[in-house]
Amino acid sequence: MPASQSVAGGGGQMGAGSWHLRQMPDRAPGFDVLSDTLSELVEQGLPIVACTADLKYSNGLVRFQERYPNRFLQFGISEQNMVTAAAGLATTGLEVYAATFASFLALLCCEQIRTDVAYTNQRVRLIGHHSGITLGFYGTSHHATEDLAIMRSIAGLTVVAPADAASLAALIREAPTVDGPIYFRIGRGREPAVYDAGLKLRFGEAIQLERGGELTIIATGTMVHPARAAVERLRQSGHSVGLIDMHTIKPLDESAVLEAAARSGRLMTVEEHSVIGGLGGAVAELVTSSGPPVPVHRHGIRDTYSLIGPPTHLYRHYGLDASGIEAEAVKLLVRGERAT
Amino acid sequence: MTLAEPDELQHLRERARFIREETVRLISVAKTGHYASVFSAAEILATLYYSVMKLEKGDPTWSGRDRFLFGKGHAAVGLYPVLADLGFFDAAILDEYARLGNPLGDHPDMTRVPGIDFSSGSLGHALSAGLGMALGSRISGSQFNVFVLLGDGEMHEGQVWEAAMSAAHYRTSKLIAIVDRNQYSLDGVVDEVIRIEPLAQKWRAFGWQVVEVDGHDISQLLPALRAAADLPDGSEPTVLIAQTVKGKGVSFMESEIGWHLGFLDTDDERRALDELRSS
Repeated sequence: MPASQSVAGGGGQMGAGSWHLRQMPDRAPGFDVLSDTLSELVEQGLPIVACTADLKYSNGLVRFQERYPNRFLQFGISEQNMVTAAAGLATTGLEVYAATFASFLALLCCEQIRTDVAYTNQRVRLIGHHSGITLGFYGTSHHATEDLAIMRSIAGLTVVAPADAASLAALIREAPTVDGPIYFRIGRGREPAVYDAGLKLRFGEAIQLERGGELTIIATGTMVHPARAAVERLRQSGHSVGLIDMHTIKPLDESAVLEAAARSGRLMTVEEHSVIGGLGGAVAELVTSSGPPVPVHRHGIRDTYSLIGPPTHLYRHYGLDASGIEAEAVKLLVRGERAT
Repeated sequence: MTLAEPDELQHLRERARFIREETVRLISVAKTGHYASVFSAAEILATLYYSVMKLEKGDPTWSGRDRFLFGKGHAAVGLYPVLADLGFFDAAILDEYARLGNPLGDHPDMTRVPGIDFSSGSLGHALSAGLGMALGSRISGSQFNVFVLLGDGEMHEGQVWEAAMSAAHYRTSKLIAIVDRNQYSLDGVVDEVIRIEPLAQKWRAFGWQVVEVDGHDISQLLPALRAAADLPDGSEPTVLIAQTVKGKGVSFMESEIGWHLGFLDTDDERRALDELRSS
């Protein structure tokens, strides 16, 4: 059934009228990869357990539950309980994936993540989905534009933002090598593909997509795809612009950043996140302490709460689509504006 | 149910006194600590660690061991001497309690202290962590018990009730909660701070089997804890509501709420130890 096609999910009579239930579109295709890759790990004999908090249709873990009902735990709408219980589960030798909206995971459960999961160094893999402003008209309660900043400040926590389904699968396949907790920041499962399936990634090793002498754009998560299109346009306009997919925010691939700073003399970070404390913060902290003294322009949400609207409209409004990213770069490259 | 032998009861009473005396000694090193919170739970700790829990002396990492989580982690100073006594770490470490670099602090830390099954300190988390362990034991096919000691002030924390609801849903009867109902939190009488009664009714409404005991009477604690520990997995979880006295065993602590956190000067320390030894 095509996702765009609403279907009759049921109907009935009430009083004189009749009702007609129109189902939500099919679940986001990008989330099948979450269940499928976890299933791969189970088939390899890894002690995987998946948990969610009343969002198994949103994150697609229902697909994992159907295959491995005894390895799926439903916690209902009790996210903090889920995160702490995930830590308890992990103490018994299990590798535990706990998924809910990024806003609830990183903000509501911040203390549970810090104290119960990270401080105790458990093999808990937190999946913060629908991050950034992907939940559009749901509003600020459901937006997560602070999660990278919060998660990045927690000692011992690996923080990643894969760009697409192939990147998510690659990092999940690599996760068993990490003897400690991981925060995965992912979108809404509808992100266009950047990479082919079967991609291999390593935590902390950025992907150098382009090299450039005038500017290097460092993008993460959902912003890699539009940044790639923006870089292509800039190159067609005669600019030498590099592009790095910084899928791991922590530990940051410092050599990739410093090499880009030396090569292009100017950096621009792009993230679906506040310009405070996330990827831009991480890069700026590094460059000011260790790098050549280059300007770092941080592009993202500027210390504000997002408007309400459909995600694609919001991306356009905040300059987080290809045109917006290109325009930010042009400010630096052509108009000589200062980085902010 | 096996009735406790008189010798066993006597031994556990003696171990409870050992916990209290060691608590006084350790806090005299740190010069601050939660005496009264330990004293209300001394018989509970002694009964669990010296009779009820499956443990291997000298091997704190044995995978089949029963687990213990300290919701009211601020009373950990009473547990450290027990863990050393069971051979989980060198008793000499106790002598440097809470000094710079010592693994033993006011709250228990599983990354630093052998025998601590889960770190705690922030109230309200431990029942969730215990729930995770009980579910993990079920998934992996092992059958250990998970005991979680909660403070009565901790009942104010919402996460306790999230965990209580989930545990009843999953019928994790290997998860056993004990509420140390000593009546006091930092700001005064718990029920005057925020009322938690009717507590037994609340737990029952959440799907738990409630057993009410005198938390200082080992002849009540021991059979109640053993009965809960012997339940097979898959039925209603059990909570013991243990009526206790904060500061139990030292007369001037029993009656004064300021002793939630404090420090005995030399004369008072002697008086406290005299009372404990003569009890």
